[in-house]
Amino acid sequence: MTYIAKPKISHPSLPKNKLGLTTRDYEGAVSTLCAGCGHDSVTAALIQAVFELDIKPHMLAKMSGIGCSSKTPAYFVSQAHGFNSVHGRMPSVTTGANAANRDMTYIGVSGDGDSLSIGVGQFVHAIRRNLNMCYLIENNGVYGLTKGQFSASADIGSKPKKGLPNQQEPIDPASTALALGATYIARSFSGDKEQLIPLIKGAIMHSGFSLVDIISPCVTFNDHEGSTKSYAHTREFYRHVANIDYIHPTEEIKASYNEGEALPIHLHGGDTIVLRKVDRDYDPTSRAEAFRHLRERFNAGEITTGLLYVNEDRAEMHELMQNIDTPLSQLPYEGLHPGNDELQKLQGRYR
Amino acid sequence: MASINDVVIKIATVNGTGSASANGLLRKAIFRMGVPVVGKNYFPSNIQGLPTWYEIRVTGDGYSCRSDRVDIMVAMNAQTYARDLAEVEPGGCLVYDSTWPRNSLLNRDDITIIGIPLSKMCNEHFDGARARILMKNIAYVGAIAALLQLDLDIIKGLLEETFAAKQHLIASNMEAINLGYDYTSKSFPCPLPAHVEKMDATKGNIVIDGNTAAGLGCMYAGATVGAWYPITPSTSLMDAFRTFCGRYRVDPETGKRTYCIIQAEDELAAIGMVLGASWNGARSFTPTSGPGISLMSEFIGFAYYAEIPAVLFDVQRTGPSTGMPTRTQQCDLLSCAYASHGDTKHVLLFPADPAECFYMSPQAFDLAERLQTPVMVLTDLDIGMNDWMVPELEWDDSYVPDRGKVYDAEDLEKMEKFYRYLDVDGDGITYRTLPGVHPKGAYFTRGSGHTKLGAYTEDSAEYQDVVDRLLVKWETARTMVPDAEIRYSKFNKAAILTLGSCDGACKEALDRLKGQNVGLNYCRVRAFPFTDSVREFIEQHDVVYVVEQNRDAQLRTLLITDIDADQRKLVSLLHYDGMPINPGFVVDGVLEEIAKGRAA
Repeated sequence: MTYIAKPKISHPSLPKNKLGLTTRDYEGAVSTLCAGCGHDSVTAALIQAVFELDIKPHMLAKMSGIGCSSKTPAYFVSQAHGFNSVHGRMPSVTTGANAANRDMTYIGVSGDGDSLSIGVGQFVHAIRRNLNMCYLIENNGVYGLTKGQFSASADIGSKPKKGLPNQQEPIDPASTALALGATYIARSFSGDKEQLIPLIKGAIMHSGFSLVDIISPCVTFNDHEGSTKSYAHTREFYRHVANIDYIHPTEEIKASYNEGEALPIHLHGGDTIVLRKVDRDYDPTSRAEAFRHLRERFNAGEITTGLLYVNEDRAEMHELMQNIDTPLSQLPYEGLHPGNDELQKLQGRYR
Repeated sequence: MASINDVVIKIATVNGTGSASANGLLRKAIFRMGVPVVGKNYFPSNIQGLPTWYEIRVTGDGYSCRSDRVDIMVAMNAQTYARDLAEVEPGGCLVYDSTWPRNSLLNRDDITIIGIPLSKMCNEHFDGARARILMKNIAYVGAIAALLQLDLDIIKGLLEETFAAKQHLIASNMEAINLGYDYTSKSFPCPLPAHVEKMDATKGNIVIDGNTAAGLGCMYAGATVGAWYPITPSTSLMDAFRTFCGRYRVDPETGKRTYCIIQAEDELAAIGMVLGASWNGARSFTPTSGPGISLMSEFIGFAYYAEIPAVLFDVQRTGPSTGMPTRTQQCDLLSCAYASHGDTKHVLLFPADPAECFYMSPQAFDLAERLQTPVMVLTDLDIGMNDWMVPELEWDDSYVPDRGKVYDAEDLEKMEKFYRYLDVDGDGITYRTLPGVHPKGAYFTRGSGHTKLGAYTEDSAEYQDVVDRLLVKWETARTMVPDAEIRYSKFNKAAILTLGSCDGACKEALDRLKGQNVGLNYCRVRAFPFTDSVREFIEQHDVVYVVEQNRDAQLRTLLITDIDADQRKLVSLLHYDGMPINPGFVVDGVLEEIAKGRAA
């Protein structure tokens, strides 16, 4: 971590978004993570994504649990409310927060311990409800704050700094989410901003549960030879399958795409993402295909990245429940009870 | 001894045979005759097959608790004949289905045995196995109606209300009633000397269970988010909220709802959802029972420290562990008062009956939002699931929810900078902001160490500053919670102190003790922390009988811990067998202590 406070002044030439804000307005406190931590790159990508999406800072809610990853909401958009909850319980808090106010944007930042071990139950059920949120897993295969124990995402054969290699089957968040019916599933690498930023933007704008599983190496406990979550290993074995370009509703699709390689997908809010297939045969709108592909490439030792699956047809939690469009927290009290006259009437059945 | 309008009927049946509606019919008919009545359901943790009982206490004096005797036993369950027979008070009577003669019943010559061939008659008159079983239950209602001289027109009226949509059932049910009624009045001297006579003592009252009343209270309080995990005996609270919201919170044109009920994956998630919703400005609550509180404890501590409002209903059941899930106790006082690790303590409310469940619901939301902390309403299975006669509920249409200290966009606009945990007013309660309102209102909610400005800290002094301020808030809470109910009988130095569902048994015990020239004063605490009047009450007395329904004297412990009550004065009377407390237990307990030389 650095001990130098960030200067408050920003360069006048910094680009501004539609709200007249610069990326500096989307920054947070100085990170206290280790120098070179993948999570800090993810934070930077997040800042860029919400800046480019013109999100009003106070309309963003930053949700997290416990762990290195869960500390990061303090490091971006300090004008947004943050909720650093308890270990593995970010999804339930976000569910309640979203139930109260459906107008806000919810970004949950979690880690592989927080989501795949202690919090796997809540992770699973947030997906089942198709909670409208962007769920990031900063995945490094280890517990950092307690000094390097394996997490549930550690691969078989991956070596720790000390002790024996992992022998247990890893839980892959992407294929787990796929099995559970998540409606937007992406994977990327903290070291690949070009791919990551549009994926996060798509995840934020998607209506329903979106997961971005981000390989984000732990420089202190899991970046050595023999680790399958190191920078070197990830760079060597990861491959793009389908990247996306995010197109704002007011923009035209400018880039030229080769036929068969590009697929525009219209999101509920009016935005469009253009899917750029790297692998021409890959179809990220097919759950079965995505599952087959993921398992096959996983068995071959590869890390498949990009937009792995998307489904814009399923209703999110509020729609499923037929809730009123106005946020529940903003309903005037007068309309929430029928008054004393009705109370007297309804008691007839108890007389 | 039973007398007119003072009779206890206990009905022993098999779980899952549909006796609940027959029992309800009986209870309602007596109520409609203007006679106060108490209904208690003793049921197993089972769907079908195990024994279950329903007890109807006809109480012209209007007592609200379970009696300590049984005058008429309707023994419909072969499994439990022996114990049911043994329970009948001398001079009482036993009603049984004589389709299958039970000679063993005749070994009590101090009671009247009334055999009615219920199954035989119903088999002759009705078709289909299910109908025969159901009608057998309705037929015993007819038998009781004859023995107690219940008004058949009232019973018919009730059936007409119940089956308004299924007219053909009215006639068949009445037929079953008449079968039981006619056989009984022809074969036995009817009515019994101790029967029911019309009164005018139920006007202005209703009969309702506490869970229904609390669910109704939450709707009236303006709750919009409810999260829960099903657990006996709390489940019917959310069922009630759902029913009332379905009626009053759905736009008739669009079908859109102004409430959101989420069935969580477990209690850990249920409380997490409540905190997320409350943090975001919705009135949010969760109903649960003891095991749920255990699971929620981590989050309850978080809410205490991060200062997030939350309303919890703990409908207590018999512990420890799974315990007896369908039996009652007041066994979560300590686990709720100090739920979670670290130094935590929580505001508790103790309703005594369904009416207080209703009124304390909005109160709980007001307190939770005013104090920015979890507030737990501790009821129990007896209050939550049994039928209580209470005065008709009233709603004050001028009620405005107390949303507590919340800065709005206008306040924030004028402000240089907002700090979440600054004690501006000196009462220990700081100002909060809601997400999505104004960029200046943003702050970071965390369960880790924080300064009064809301920043992360590991500094000793900064940490201590905040937890000490929480103690100031605790003392403020003491001045805001509902005060105790205190009654002085006459000048003396002994008293009963109790809480919650012990109220009825204690008040009846006070009347009985007075009859034996033992006059005791009375204090029923209605909240934790204890108000100053509780402290003063204990100070005024030499002996305070602390009556509660748990083994370990948890209320007594709280009194000693919270207000430093003199423990030598506090004499425990503990009822913890899982059945609702009865007045006889309290009377006997007090008299035994007096016999030992304790001051009265």
